[in-house]
Amino acid sequence: MTVEWYIVLSSLLFAVGALGILLRRSPIVILLCLELMLNAGNLALIAFSRMVGNEEGQVFALVVMVVAACEVVIGLGLIVAIFRRKLPLDVDELRELRG
Amino acid sequence: MEHVLFFLAAIGALGGAIGVVAMRNLFYGVLALVVHLFSLAVLFLLLTAAFLAAAQVVVYAGAIVVLYVFVAAYVGGDTESAWEPIPGQRFLAPLIGVALFAELAIAVLASALRALGTDGPDVAAGFGDPAAIGNLLLEKFLIPFEASSLLLLLAAVGAVVLASRRSAPSEGEVPTSR
Repeated sequence: MTVEWYIVLSSLLFAVGALGILLRRSPIVILLCLELMLNAGNLALIAFSRMVGNEEGQVFALVVMVVAACEVVIGLGLIVAIFRRKLPLDVDELRELRG
Repeated sequence: MEHVLFFLAAIGALGGAIGVVAMRNLFYGVLALVVHLFSLAVLFLLLTAAFLAAAQVVVYAGAIVVLYVFVAAYVGGDTESAWEPIPGQRFLAPLIGVALFAELAIAVLASALRALGTDGPDVAAGFGDPAAIGNLLLEKFLIPFEASSLLLLLAAVGAVVLASRRSAPSEGEVPTSR
């Protein structure tokens, strides 16, 4: 398979993730869609690293994975804290911080 | 063979992603994410990134998905309200998604990168295996490696602080009884 296919697939996955963030209102599903977008970025990084024939892109993808893990831990911690305070788990009702 | 594997994995990855977006039930969404992640690991293997594929399965399917399942079980499945606060959101969002995909595809495919149409150069047998990645991490990218370890430590401490049971009762807050 040529690298183009991987890149097109990765942009398609990214668009699906962005669509989910626009469409859904549950913060957990929004975190899941964020994962989709980060994974699409990873796929593009690895495809480009294969295209160049250099492993440095894979190290980038590894760092993105670390960032994704941190984001999930903090995000889920926030969701648990919100749930403990009996606030609604809906991003349209949690709008107190909106400017 | 490679083509068949690519299309199977691509269908799996895309189907999983659409499942995450479309599933009403949170648990089914997490399961769709598992399908997506395993298909992505197959794609990484096709791109000769063996270590990344293994890390993908271990980190995501092993750790992150389990975390999601636990939080979903704690919070409960059906939390999404049906009403639509932004008028026209259901029509506008797919439009923006399609526009984003078109823009990304045009940006990449219309670029002058001539190597995009190739399979990439022939690489040695050890390309992307743990030894190669480890060498890069500990020699060329030592500082980013240490910075990411610091980031992980901060995230762990932050999660403990955020989810700790004994929070100072501020005004209007029900004492946590769960």
